[in-house]
Amino acid sequence: MQRRHLLIASGLAAATPLLGRPALAQQTPITGAGASFPRPVYERWGQAAREAVGVQLNYQSIGSGGGINQITNRTVDFGASDAPLAAAQLAERKLLQFPTVMGSVVLIVNLPGVADNALRLTPDLVADLFLGKVTRWNDARIAEQNKDLKLPNLPVAPVYRADASGTTFVFTSYLSRVSEAWKAGPGAATSVQWPGGQGARGNEGVANTVRQTPGGLGYTENAYATVNRLVTTQLRNKAGKFIKPEMPSFLAAAKAADWSAPNFAADLINLDGEDTWPIVAPTFILLPVNPTADRLAGSLATMKFFDWAYGHGAEAARRLEYIPLPDSVHAAIRSAWSAVKTPDGKPVWTA
Amino acid sequence: MSHAALAAPSRRRAGDGGDRLFAGLCLGAGILVLLLLGAIILTLFIGGLPAFRAFGAGFLWSTAWSPVEGREQYGALVPIFGTVVSAVLAILVAVPLAFGVAFFLTELAPPWLRRPVGTAIELLAAIPSIIYGMWGLFVLVPLVQQYIQLTIGDTLGAIPLVGFLFASNSFAGTSLFSAALVLAIMILPFIAATMRDVFGQVPAVYKESAYGLGCTRWEVMRNVVLPYTRVSVVGGIMLGLGRALGETMAVTFVIGNANRLPTSLFDPSTTIASIVAMEFPESLMGSLKQSSLLALGFLLFVISFIVLAISRLLLRSRLKG
Repeated sequence: MQRRHLLIASGLAAATPLLGRPALAQQTPITGAGASFPRPVYERWGQAAREAVGVQLNYQSIGSGGGINQITNRTVDFGASDAPLAAAQLAERKLLQFPTVMGSVVLIVNLPGVADNALRLTPDLVADLFLGKVTRWNDARIAEQNKDLKLPNLPVAPVYRADASGTTFVFTSYLSRVSEAWKAGPGAATSVQWPGGQGARGNEGVANTVRQTPGGLGYTENAYATVNRLVTTQLRNKAGKFIKPEMPSFLAAAKAADWSAPNFAADLINLDGEDTWPIVAPTFILLPVNPTADRLAGSLATMKFFDWAYGHGAEAARRLEYIPLPDSVHAAIRSAWSAVKTPDGKPVWTA
Repeated sequence: MSHAALAAPSRRRAGDGGDRLFAGLCLGAGILVLLLLGAIILTLFIGGLPAFRAFGAGFLWSTAWSPVEGREQYGALVPIFGTVVSAVLAILVAVPLAFGVAFFLTELAPPWLRRPVGTAIELLAAIPSIIYGMWGLFVLVPLVQQYIQLTIGDTLGAIPLVGFLFASNSFAGTSLFSAALVLAIMILPFIAATMRDVFGQVPAVYKESAYGLGCTRWEVMRNVVLPYTRVSVVGGIMLGLGRALGETMAVTFVIGNANRLPTSLFDPSTTIASIVAMEFPESLMGSLKQSSLLALGFLLFVISFIVLAISRLLLRSRLKG
């Protein structure tokens, strides 16, 4: 196959000496598949990196599970997953895992007369609202935290993601962390058995269902909520302070995290710290540590691509409401890349 | 003439080869379809086997669907229930409507109106299901929520014995009822077009004789047209039912996707096709979750097969009678 392409290419070059080589020919194509959550930022980086590093990214957002399946079968250059894989699974599948950016999950509500970021919720209130234990918005427990708000007598209508998603994984992980009842009940996964409420497809489905249901309560990625100007809420963090879902509180969480966790599987949920937003999570890339000979170029190009993104992509990420990783983490990831070896045992990444 | 007759034997011999080739190709095509069908059923069954092994027959009546690692639990009752109930409700809504449309188009409509209305009905069938889903979510669901559930839901809920069918704690509008409505609109053109075509094929002599005996239009329809076309009408309904059972995207948007057994028409539920579409991308290869999804696919196959078998049975007994 490749030889034929070469033949055709050289034939073309010989036949049309006056035409310059097309720019595309010098770009290494890389294919990735996986999580849909980081798709916007990967695509933005992909456009910018085409000129800058000569890498042409083709990213298919087929879901984290699909990404893990494809990289395990080695049909793509890299996989992407919102949830970190367990160390044993990484070893079994011979994969290297590293984070790229972080995102946060926020709560959205539809309460007539309640302004953006005005409603104050505590962790156990959020769990009980989704568990169906608190069924009216004028419940005494909500009123106690929101003395300055006039809360309507509306039924609470929880809305969740119907499609299995990383967002649900992050949100239910948070609920399991703050509520024993949730941990013992629905638990944490990309989709769980919700005790009540409606499922809607994707962030847009959740946002739309909340918008048209007075009394609606849902969760979405912060990026989606910000771009669509949804009404979000404050949330009490572990330090006991009510926090608004804004970039400084996300960055505070990133700073407070312990990035020395094995395989960079840092836990950013419900961290200590005065100003940290409690629901933040990184998204990960999965790269084979033993690329076959024909995948070596793709493997190297993938690392080049993310090396460029760590150096130059922070601004683009921030503009899309993603949270860039701290620089110290970037350095640690670059050194971890030495684990990716060629068939004869040399590291692929040498810079 | 004579030249052609003389040349005939040799041509026939050449044609024999062609005939045999053609017959072989046709046989091959027929067998290919059978093989494909068998292969799909087999693949689904083998894929679903780990789930059947893990949960046994309980898979069929368990309402659990919890992919939480370490305590995974899957059951098929809710999706099976949602699939069957939403499809049957859709048929209940769509068949009278489709009959009305077909009756109007073949008997009542002035000739200049028949073509535009007929074309409009056929165009309904050409709308992609994702469009129905979006339209359902943005237009139909708020209408159901505001004008049906909130306006008359409580009143209907007060009816003794059957009131629970209408009383619901879920007010978002995405429900079994919305899904059935969207499905009804989606399958309406199939049923209506079949009915219109077969009503049009009833020999005019039959109808005119009935009119000559003094029958009204309705009596002609009931006693002449419907008995004459019964087989095809039931066939059209089954076509619609089959489509309603397997519809994925449109249903997903409006059914509310809740893995809980609904007690009311206005409760959210889920269907087999919908849950497979929602959960498959996040299922790991070889996991119990993926196996359960494949098992659900197999069960959908079985349900469709049962529906088809029942329709055949109904037809046969009626034809004999």
